[in-house]
Amino acid sequence: MEKIAIEGSPKTPTINFDTDKGFLEIKGRSIPENSIEFYKPLVDSLEKYAGKPQSVTNVNIQLEYFNTSSSKCILDVFKKLEAIHKGGSAVTINWHYEEDDEDMLEAGEDYQAIINVPFKMIQME
Amino acid sequence: MLDIYDFYNRMERNNIMLSFKGDITSELLTSILQIMESKLDNMQEEPKIKKKVYNVLVESLQNLYHHMDEQQATDNNNHIRAAIFMIGKVDGQYNIITGNYIQNPNVSGLKTKLDHINTLSKEELKDYYKQVLDNGMMSEKGGGGLGMIDIARKTGQKLNYNFMPVDDMLSFFTLNIKIAQS
Repeated sequence: MEKIAIEGSPKTPTINFDTDKGFLEIKGRSIPENSIEFYKPLVDSLEKYAGKPQSVTNVNIQLEYFNTSSSKCILDVFKKLEAIHKGGSAVTINWHYEEDDEDMLEAGEDYQAIINVPFKMIQME
Repeated sequence: MLDIYDFYNRMERNNIMLSFKGDITSELLTSILQIMESKLDNMQEEPKIKKKVYNVLVESLQNLYHHMDEQQATDNNNHIRAAIFMIGKVDGQYNIITGNYIQNPNVSGLKTKLDHINTLSKEELKDYYKQVLDNGMMSEKGGGGLGMIDIARKTGQKLNYNFMPVDDMLSFFTLNIKIAQS
């Protein structure tokens, strides 16, 4: 299955999706003006992956900043993961936040309240 | 002629760190954000405040950007696409001020939205954010109507705004955002 490796930029995050290992990571900053375009390849790839997922899917989210335009797209990504979780792959979303960054922790909790997938809140030093 | 010295003194009094008037483009936003980030680093601002200021900057500038885009689509009149933006720090408090033209028929809709946000408590804002995030419509450009709610949440303060009627067609919308030290 096709893998995704997108290098980060000042406004967009690094994305690695290894479909063989069932591992997805999004890290860095996500503050593009038009985020739908940016997230489309990942959303499409998750759609395909949902047809034949690994038994376990680990997701690492480690964002320093994200804007509200990205927050919608991240929700779309999580909705795909929710479907994959329902379909039998054990999905875990590891939501990283820096110590003292209450806003980022709260953002993770917002998603946790909407999405039916186990979340782990991981504080970084 | 414009009195530059007067202009300078006013900016000095308000401790303006950066200001801009003109067309808001994606490249401009990238530059402004880079400049402000290094300024905040140089001031050795504590990470928590730095992140809050940066986040609110992104939202307020991108609000201007998306708004410009809409205007461009509906109007060929050049001057109404321009906007103004200022950031300053007085008495330990950051002030972000934005100003842009808005078409008169759109004023009451925006005012209702802002007034509604201003009636909500911290917890209600959190619920409202989740509700709009999950059910709200996403515009083609990716603006989901979450920007103002996010600004209110992150600053923990009421949205301080003003609409000044300009003529039959337009009003000038200003938003004055304050970010307290802690």
